[in-house]
Amino acid sequence: MNQRDGHVAETLGALDAPGAQPRDLPAPARRADAIEAARLALLRDLQLAFRKPGQLVQPLAFFAIVTLLFPLAISPELARLRELAPGVVWVGALLGSLLALEFLFRDDAQDGTLEQYALSGQSLTGLMFAKTLAHWLLTGLPLALMAPFVALSLGVSAAALPGILLAVAVGSVALSLIGSIGAALTLGIKRSGALLSLLTLPLSLPVLIFGARATQLAIHGTSFLGPLELLAALAVLGVTLAPLAAAAAVRISLE
Amino acid sequence: MPEQTIEADNLHLWRGERHVLRGVSLRLARGSCLEVCGANGAGKTTLLRVLSGLIYPEEGRVLWNGENVRRDLRAFHAVLAYLGHEPPLKADLTARENLHYWIGVRRSLESEELDAALGRVGARTWCDRLVRTLSAGQRRRVALAGLALLPVPLWLLDEPTTNLDGEGREVVGELIREQLARGGMVVAAVHHGLPASLRNLTRLDLAA
Repeated sequence: MNQRDGHVAETLGALDAPGAQPRDLPAPARRADAIEAARLALLRDLQLAFRKPGQLVQPLAFFAIVTLLFPLAISPELARLRELAPGVVWVGALLGSLLALEFLFRDDAQDGTLEQYALSGQSLTGLMFAKTLAHWLLTGLPLALMAPFVALSLGVSAAALPGILLAVAVGSVALSLIGSIGAALTLGIKRSGALLSLLTLPLSLPVLIFGARATQLAIHGTSFLGPLELLAALAVLGVTLAPLAAAAAVRISLE
Repeated sequence: MPEQTIEADNLHLWRGERHVLRGVSLRLARGSCLEVCGANGAGKTTLLRVLSGLIYPEEGRVLWNGENVRRDLRAFHAVLAYLGHEPPLKADLTARENLHYWIGVRRSLESEELDAALGRVGARTWCDRLVRTLSAGQRRRVALAGLALLPVPLWLLDEPTTNLDGEGREVVGELIREQLARGGMVVAAVHHGLPASLRNLTRLDLAA
């Protein structure tokens, strides 16, 4: 090797030395495929979440309290509340899901898990998808299950509840995915909560608009399929693009 | 078996105004170990992270079997194991659960193998305790058990003996010896030096 100014080290392969007998490498263990890797990443996050149930309840309690503020601030008349219900439900759900986002990658970045994911030889995009799915199961889905009760307390008739459940369930998928990009982008920043909101909320506006519209139509008892399909389209767009973007952002944060 | 080598070719890296890596070149062949020395802040960890492909050097390249690792980073990562200076463990999982997830993401894992690895590092009696209740040395041992379960060709180890007692250090030496005997390679950043029982060591001093 030609000598340069810097630090140079060269090892003579010990096995090239005469008389050295390399033992053959053991048969390599079967590599985990992408599905198996993603399954384990998902299970790990679920198991961790149930070790700290307090963190799970936070977004739900937040959602409940935010919706409680409206009757107090505006009017306890059910007729008026019913008109406001779509907006209240969606703003509450949006803020609730935002609250949990900060924890999506934070711990994994601190304890070196993200680094190991990035170096695992597995698709980081797949692992990010698994983590986001876990996040949705732990926050989006519970919020969706709670939304009908919130709507009920705002005077919405029971007939509208399945539609509201459906709209929030589909919309929260898109919210989790959009949020995963913001959470990954703000990994390098301490106390990133405010910045995370600034990044994520504008991107969430389409979800809010179509979600509130679907909810409104459900409450009026008309077909809400149009906005629901648009919500689903946003969710599909998120599924295809968000994990890619989150993986790229995570790689940058590890540099 | 094709010749396996890891090479670094004149690596330069700046962190702001600081010129951290100033033309580092190295070449490792099968069955050899490189000990990277240097004071705190000399760039040992940075060098390992550049070798792993996590950081892009501003100049120079890293070659695996003569090919730039950037061309297929995922394939390169499949043949390397990186152990940072903090064990990559979850405080709210037990030692065994941690290994199950951490290693399981990379390779299929039988529970007997897991038990054997935990036994090797002397963790059998406390492997079902939450990691938050373990000492720093015990956590390091769990990380070593993970390493034992990853017999890939290239190990990049950042201060593998930190927090370990004499017996734990011997485990590190034993693992590295095994890795070298099966034709693997090791690059270890060390402050205290690797166990003296190791042979085939080459040193790279980043200090001067």
